[in-house]
Amino acid sequence: MSDPRELYQQVILEHNKKPRNFGKLEACTHHAEGHNPLCGDQLDLTLIIEDGLVKDIKFQGSGCAIDVSSASLMTGAVKGKPVAEAQAMAEQFRGMVRGELEPGTQTPLLGKLTLFSGVKDLPSRVKCAVLPWATLHAALKGEAEASTE
Amino acid sequence: MTEGDRLLAITRDVPPGTPRAMPGQSPAIAPAMATTLQPLDVAAIRKDFPLLSRVLHGKPVIYLDSAVSGQMPLAVIERMAKYERDEHTNVHRGVSTLSQEATDFYEAAREKVRKFIGAGSVKEIVWTRGTTEAINLVAQTYGRMHVKEGDEILLSAMEHHANIVPWQMLAEEKGATIKVVPMTDEGELILESLDELITDRTKIIGVVHVSNVLGTVNPVKEIIARAHAKGVPVLVDGAQAVPHLHVDVKDLDADFYAFSGHKLSGPTGIGVLYGKLAHLEAMPPWHGGGNMIRSVTWEKTTYVAAPGKFEAGTPPIAAAIGLGASIDYLTNLGLERIAAQEHDLLRYATERLSTLPGLRILGNAKDKASVISFVVEGIHPHDLGSLLDGEGVVVRAGHHCAQPVMARFNVPATTRASFAYFNTREDVDILVSAVIHAIELFK
Repeated sequence: MSDPRELYQQVILEHNKKPRNFGKLEACTHHAEGHNPLCGDQLDLTLIIEDGLVKDIKFQGSGCAIDVSSASLMTGAVKGKPVAEAQAMAEQFRGMVRGELEPGTQTPLLGKLTLFSGVKDLPSRVKCAVLPWATLHAALKGEAEASTE
Repeated sequence: MTEGDRLLAITRDVPPGTPRAMPGQSPAIAPAMATTLQPLDVAAIRKDFPLLSRVLHGKPVIYLDSAVSGQMPLAVIERMAKYERDEHTNVHRGVSTLSQEATDFYEAAREKVRKFIGAGSVKEIVWTRGTTEAINLVAQTYGRMHVKEGDEILLSAMEHHANIVPWQMLAEEKGATIKVVPMTDEGELILESLDELITDRTKIIGVVHVSNVLGTVNPVKEIIARAHAKGVPVLVDGAQAVPHLHVDVKDLDADFYAFSGHKLSGPTGIGVLYGKLAHLEAMPPWHGGGNMIRSVTWEKTTYVAAPGKFEAGTPPIAAAIGLGASIDYLTNLGLERIAAQEHDLLRYATERLSTLPGLRILGNAKDKASVISFVVEGIHPHDLGSLLDGEGVVVRAGHHCAQPVMARFNVPATTRASFAYFNTREDVDILVSAVIHAIELFK
């Protein structure tokens, strides 16, 4: 992908405009805040984990369309999944947007999230796409903060 | 007609070539300048900048990012290459013809800087790595000498990090306090607050000449006069001013004036600290090493006079010579003609961008340099920056190393276009079209 505009597909634009799972779970069991110091993006992630499953997940914060749509799609993708699977998805997502994993064949858990694979051609925006996943990773490990610094 | 075509039509209601007035400003100024000055031959000037012929994402580069770093004309690049190819050696070393020659070129560049900013003596021109290092130098020498526990350092609300952090580090070390001169929503400093803010504990004032975010040209001469009336020295951060304005440090009566070579169509790695000789002479040296000493024994070292005592080690010689060449280049073009061209672009861009739906320009000072920061409702500046990049339009999207300014206007970041003398109204048109495309995409 040589044109940055190709990344801004309808799905991304639509999730940016109407993010899913937006808000805060007051009775959360897991929580982390993510920061992208370079952009000033910040993300507040709350989860309810029960019996090894991501029972519910919400996010709030402010950021660019890549960041917000990534968070929106991520929360939808991991909800109801076992924690171990959510962690594996985070690994695959990170590998994909860094260009280390081939989207699809090497990222079988990601499904439609492969639409973020074009981010690898915009090095300055990789952190935006990864921030929600880095924050999820931190929350699942019991860490309070994640930074893409 | 698409929405984009309609917007283009609306924003193009004034035929190109018509002198334009900025909102709230008398239109009389610009045409007067335009008629008394021979305009720049921009088409010819553009040939001096090879980068302007590059293609990005299949589109010609539209470089609207001179506030981040100015492009160097070939004359500067070639002058530096000549030094590296035919003249390279160290300066102030030994008796060789080569060393003497390099020293002469290097010192001639210092003289060009002196003349360019109207300093009284080359002894007042200290080479630094850039504006940031120049301000750190003053904070760490003059500041450490004069700022004590309970003292105050006064800065303006529109400083960028280079004129904040060095003072915060000093304040923390000394137990001093930072106070801030507020600004209006238009992006103008509230000078009335100075009388109250300058107290008998104020030891130094730091103020930016031209805001890198808002474009505001601050009335530094007046600020300096009011500070001096209370016996307080002033450091002016001139990084964004020297490319646009004729700066005369004596007329301003600035105690310190800092700027960078790379914003002045010169190379990176070189900058200037102007300081009044009396200050420089009284200040202790900063970095120690070769070049800044008179004699060294195990018992005691003595230092050379200013500016040498602030210039430890081997300097960036090619960069200094290159900066001298860029000053020659700009002087040949004529600073007034450069200013006229840039103001025309500023007025034109302000007018066209103002008509776009949801677009808000930050900084509407009456006196403004050719920098436009804006935000578009519903589009994050980083997304806009990426989309403009896709159309070959190079702008800065981010906090511009001025997070307190972002906080003041309650935005995370802005998109900023900055215009130089090689830009054209067509460049502005392409910027406006690209912004319209983004607005349509995000609609």
